[in-house]
Amino acid sequence: MEYDVVIGLETHVQLKTKTKAFCSCSTEFGQVPNTSICPVCLGLPGSLPVLNKLALEFAVKTALALNCRIQRYFRFDRKNYFYPDLPKNYQISQYDLPVALQGFLEIEPQEGVRKCIEIKRIHLEEDAGKLIHTEGYSLIDFNRAGIPLLEIVSEPQINSPEEAYEYLLSLKEILRYLEVSDCDMEKGSLRCDANISLKKRDHFQLGAKIELKNMNSFKAVKDALAYEIERQSKLLDKGRILTQETRLWDAKEVRTVSMRTKESAPDYRYFPEPDLLPFVLEDSYIEKIKESLPELPYYKKHRFIETYGLSFNEARFIVSEKKLADYFELCVNLFPFPKIIYNWIVGPLMGELNERKISIEDINILPQDFVCLIKDVESDKINSLKAKEVLKKILDTAKSYAEVIKEESVIMISDSNILKGVVQKVLDENPKSVSDYKSGKTNALMFLVGQVMKKTQNNADPKIVQKLLKELLDGSV
Amino acid sequence: MELNKLTAHQLLGLLKEGVIKSSDVILALKERIDVIDSQINAYVRKNEKIELSYVQNGPLQGLPVAVKDNICTLDLNTECCSKILEGFKPPYDATVISKLKSQGAYIFPLKTNMDEFAFGSSCENSCFGPAHNPWNLEYVCGGSSGGSAAAVAADEAIFALGTDTGGSIRQPASFCGVVGLKPTYGRVSRYGLIAFASSLDVIGPITKDVYDSALILSIISGYDPYDSTCVNLSVPDFTQNLSKDIKGIKIALPKEYFIEGLDKDVEQNIKEAIEVLKKLGASFTEVSLPHTKYAVATYYIIATAEASSNLARFDGVQYGLRINSFEGDSSLLQMYKTTRAKGFGEEAKRRIILGTFALAHGYYEAYYLRAQKVRTLIKKDFEEVFKEFDCILTPTSPTAAFKIGEKIREPLKMYLSDIFTISANLAGIPAISVPCGFTKKGLPVGLQFLAGYFREDMLLQVAYNYEQNTIWHKMKPKI
Ligand SMILES: [Zn+2]
Repeated sequence: MEYDVVIGLETHVQLKTKTKAFCSCSTEFGQVPNTSICPVCLGLPGSLPVLNKLALEFAVKTALALNCRIQRYFRFDRKNYFYPDLPKNYQISQYDLPVALQGFLEIEPQEGVRKCIEIKRIHLEEDAGKLIHTEGYSLIDFNRAGIPLLEIVSEPQINSPEEAYEYLLSLKEILRYLEVSDCDMEKGSLRCDANISLKKRDHFQLGAKIELKNMNSFKAVKDALAYEIERQSKLLDKGRILTQETRLWDAKEVRTVSMRTKESAPDYRYFPEPDLLPFVLEDSYIEKIKESLPELPYYKKHRFIETYGLSFNEARFIVSEKKLADYFELCVNLFPFPKIIYNWIVGPLMGELNERKISIEDINILPQDFVCLIKDVESDKINSLKAKEVLKKILDTAKSYAEVIKEESVIMISDSNILKGVVQKVLDENPKSVSDYKSGKTNALMFLVGQVMKKTQNNADPKIVQKLLKELLDGSV
Repeated sequence: MELNKLTAHQLLGLLKEGVIKSSDVILALKERIDVIDSQINAYVRKNEKIELSYVQNGPLQGLPVAVKDNICTLDLNTECCSKILEGFKPPYDATVISKLKSQGAYIFPLKTNMDEFAFGSSCENSCFGPAHNPWNLEYVCGGSSGGSAAAVAADEAIFALGTDTGGSIRQPASFCGVVGLKPTYGRVSRYGLIAFASSLDVIGPITKDVYDSALILSIISGYDPYDSTCVNLSVPDFTQNLSKDIKGIKIALPKEYFIEGLDKDVEQNIKEAIEVLKKLGASFTEVSLPHTKYAVATYYIIATAEASSNLARFDGVQYGLRINSFEGDSSLLQMYKTTRAKGFGEEAKRRIILGTFALAHGYYEAYYLRAQKVRTLIKKDFEEVFKEFDCILTPTSPTAAFKIGEKIREPLKMYLSDIFTISANLAGIPAISVPCGFTKKGLPVGLQFLAGYFREDMLLQVAYNYEQNTIWHKMKPKI
């Protein structure tokens, strides 16, 4: 039997405000347990919450970037449930009047394949602490308690695990562009739950909604959804009727296991948080935030395709991080050959950065210098081998291009008269390679070029060297 | 001179002149407490060390203040008279406490008795046993700030802080013959007040006379960045206009408050008070607050709903009582259950269950949401009246103090003791109770004034004028 798949995603994003949502404790990751705490985030008796203005600004920013309707009047509610990591045994969250409603996110997994996924709601809430289970007892670290979270709920309009993956990628890109969250699933700054139901093709009746939790990476989301489609299809094929439940993804065993059924779903007894008054947002406040929004990746990608002639995949890569796109564009403004710059960034530059495990944000070669380097290669002032050496040197020392060039006494030796002597010397020292070449082993030529380059500290123009070598070798037949 | 019998403003005069030191006052109180508090039980944890040599600069010159057991005091036990908060020492001061300290007050280390978590109208729901009425030890002192009112009435304190969620300052003040002021919601920071019902709770003074109430209100009021519900409004010196006469002031008498069930002696005292005020130039008109009859029901839904959530944090995990296991079961759930079963008293459990029910899925609309709508109507009733009138006069409670044990088994009867005070909390308006006489049995009766939002100045002015023309605030119990 054929089934249609209906998926909705619920994403929790930690906002990277300096302080927590309702107190002034630091949100820094990885601090000594229970050192970033105060009466408010510990929920001590008598303490009261005060909303972090920046958290609200980040929420509005995100909502605007996701094309949402900002609620001019919103409030917080208490979600009541008992759990030791929840210091007050209720979470300050939002229920019927969240910050924003009804938006959409456009995904474009391949060239020409576009899809708009609607956002149902966005709301602000506080994170819980972290339980650390040990043999016989458990410990609680409240450093995380009270960190602002944004919950972004999609409409059930995602139809495959791949689309879910794309949705998360796009969402992450946008949130990182806005600089409101790191979206690092490993550090827990992005968490995602999914719900999935199957529907017989050409039938109207939607199957039971299965909620999936405990997915710790984008790939895990994709895998868990794929697993569920398979599991549910098999059951439905056998004529079984599914019931609503929550299941946990077990990445090790590659399967989902039931956590609770609908009957045991908790009643959170939501009611308006009396310690925080309802909020009223002025149009001017929203306008101001709107004006501060950067160009978003989707639009940047298409602009880069049109303006710079990049291919879909090239553009997609270069806009994946805002800093990368900015760097690219700064370079192109200085030297209007986008393809050449793209190749230099994606090739040598990214290679060096990856090797050094540094991100484009921490790069220490100025776009001006990077462009100078590329220009010099293009105008044969330096050969590309030497250029890569210089690039390494700049990245290692944070010196300017001019300084490194001077220090390394970089000059392109293209004078045949000077090179002839070196070439002759290399031929004399490598009789084996010479005879190899003469017996038809053309690889030997490249070896000899290499030797000449070495002798000239990579300063020789390799084209001239090759020409000279050929002349001498072929001439002496 | 028995310093403990004086008011704050009298003592401040003597301190300023250098006639006495604040340690003399503290010593006088300590001696008084040693002699009579075993009978009254206004204070709990009586073994806390009292600092005699407390020196403080500031307008209050080291004057001691008695603090209700639900207001957080740094490193000083704050237990809401509940077993579940046994040993809880807050790592911070409530904003009102910081303000008082910065003005030179001495925070009295013995905290005042109260109904557990402020749940009650008689101070009988305290894990430390009831506080007794200084006018007659067989009678209740009212609640929930019963200890604060009894301490002030029995001259065991110069003045005290109480909290008022549905009458918890005013009703015990009226039962004990002292002055109790409930400020406008938002006038005084709630930061550090262990919440009963967040949208109703207010901290206020319990004092020997109106002047002291004005004095203390001026100190504890004002904007607090740590309380989002606290209003950013400038605070006047409330003692400034007290003696301004009240000629031409228009006072409303809501007919819903002069009903059957109102004690005859109370009614008589109120009538006499009205005559006094008339002589001072106030005019009286009967008005209607039509939604008054829904106040008690509305109050008990909203208050218990909020309480059920506010008290969820008392679970044995971080602080207070923890009972790890029961009959060999040491699961987390069992720890929660046993700790809460043993830690909370009967009334606390009753209200948690009531509130949990009111918020439950499927009942929320019928109870909580409906109650909020009625609350809006009650507010509008008052707003209508205050368009025309300067204040409202009512009895504080339908009766004077009742006997200890008389109503404790009948929660509904007990709840009706707050019938005249609850509406002010639902509306958020300020109200004051001042002594206005005695019943034939010799128990004090209280008179309540209510005014519009942030019109404490009006309340205090009318109350002061009334007080200065009567003798009730000068009467002392014979204990
Ligand atoms: Zn904190």
